[in-house]
Amino acid sequence: MANTMQFDLVSPEKRLASLEATAVQIPAAEGDMTVMPDHAPVITTLRPGLVRVSAADGAQTQYAVTGGFAEINPEGASVLAEHAFLGAAESRAALEGFLEDARKRATEAEAEDRDVAEKFVADLVHLLEAME
Amino acid sequence: MPSLKDLKNRIDSVKSTRKITKAMQMVAAAKLRRAQEAAENARPYAERMRSVMGELVAAVGNSDTAPRLLSGTGSDEVHMLVVMTSERGLCGGFNTSIVRAARLRIDELRAEGKTVKIITVGKKGREQLKREYSDLFVDHVDMSDVKKVGYSDASAIAQDLLARYAAGEFDVCTIFYNRFVSVIRQEPTVTQVIPAVFEPAEDAEETSKTPYEYEPSEEGVLADLLPRGVATQIFAALLENAASEEGARMSAMDNATRNAGEMIEKLTIEFNRTRQAVITNELIEIISGAEAL
Repeated sequence: MANTMQFDLVSPEKRLASLEATAVQIPAAEGDMTVMPDHAPVITTLRPGLVRVSAADGAQTQYAVTGGFAEINPEGASVLAEHAFLGAAESRAALEGFLEDARKRATEAEAEDRDVAEKFVADLVHLLEAME
Repeated sequence: MPSLKDLKNRIDSVKSTRKITKAMQMVAAAKLRRAQEAAENARPYAERMRSVMGELVAAVGNSDTAPRLLSGTGSDEVHMLVVMTSERGLCGGFNTSIVRAARLRIDELRAEGKTVKIITVGKKGREQLKREYSDLFVDHVDMSDVKKVGYSDASAIAQDLLARYAAGEFDVCTIFYNRFVSVIRQEPTVTQVIPAVFEPAEDAEETSKTPYEYEPSEEGVLADLLPRGVATQIFAALLENAASEEGARMSAMDNATRNAGEMIEKLTIEFNRTRQAVITNELIEIISGAEAL
């Protein structure tokens, strides 16, 4: 069994990371999941949250993502995030901008969409708290 | 015959024009490089997106539960055309070629008795289309403040389109943009984004080899992905367009610079001839004046 797997994090604008990892924690739509090498193939949507990567050399990196999806197979995991930030000060500012937008949309949205929008807001708030 | 002073002024003015076009060419070259980089950076995401969606579509198929973004509204009466052009001119045939493609399509659709709606992105296309089809316009996206095309710009356009689609304003949406082939070649391209079209996966065997599990469900993931797919396609089109625009501008300005150079040469020859003629004339006058004494 392989001890590492290929991990890619791409956003529409650029490729943020491409490295060998031992484990990756992904904020999947129905709860966080930790992906390790030889994981069963899964495609899942993401909620706003933190992607934690343990690189093969032991380094830990943390990225904030606002949504998207992840494709996982035994060889590796690729996360396609709508927006992704390397946890830092500017990402906070950007995320707070998103939060404001999302709040506005949640109040405007109707019935069915409202639940989704409100969940998005809640997830974002949670993410911001987790980053502190 | 123009006087010496006139010629001198002409030469000076053409020289300064050449300076400007030369500078514009260099600016375009620098911007082109950046635009190409941006387009390349966006490629991995778009490719992954496409492959995952291909797999999903193969898994869900055209069942009745397929989202409307995939299956369509069941009619193709109302067509939404998104025409992407540049904000600024002086870029050769860039805008004209997109507008020509759009015009062709509009006339074709109208001849078939369909309803056409137009959204323009970029000022230049709007100006050219407004003359003929002003009654078909539904919206215009102003990109003049946008220095560098970002995903959020594409996302905003996509959100708008999706909202209109959900409201039943149109059945089919196609985008018009220039695909960047090389600096001297940009191809007007027409892509249908709604309902989403997928070429049947060629490596069908390979996809069936890894049966993915989907969380929350195939339909759930697909419903989440399709809108993103629209945004990604628009983003890719905007980037291609930006690269094409700079490429077109660069070659147009290169031509202009060369033409200005040729003109300066011609004018300089004329200037020298005229100067010589003037000197000869003066000499003749002096000599004949001295002889008369």
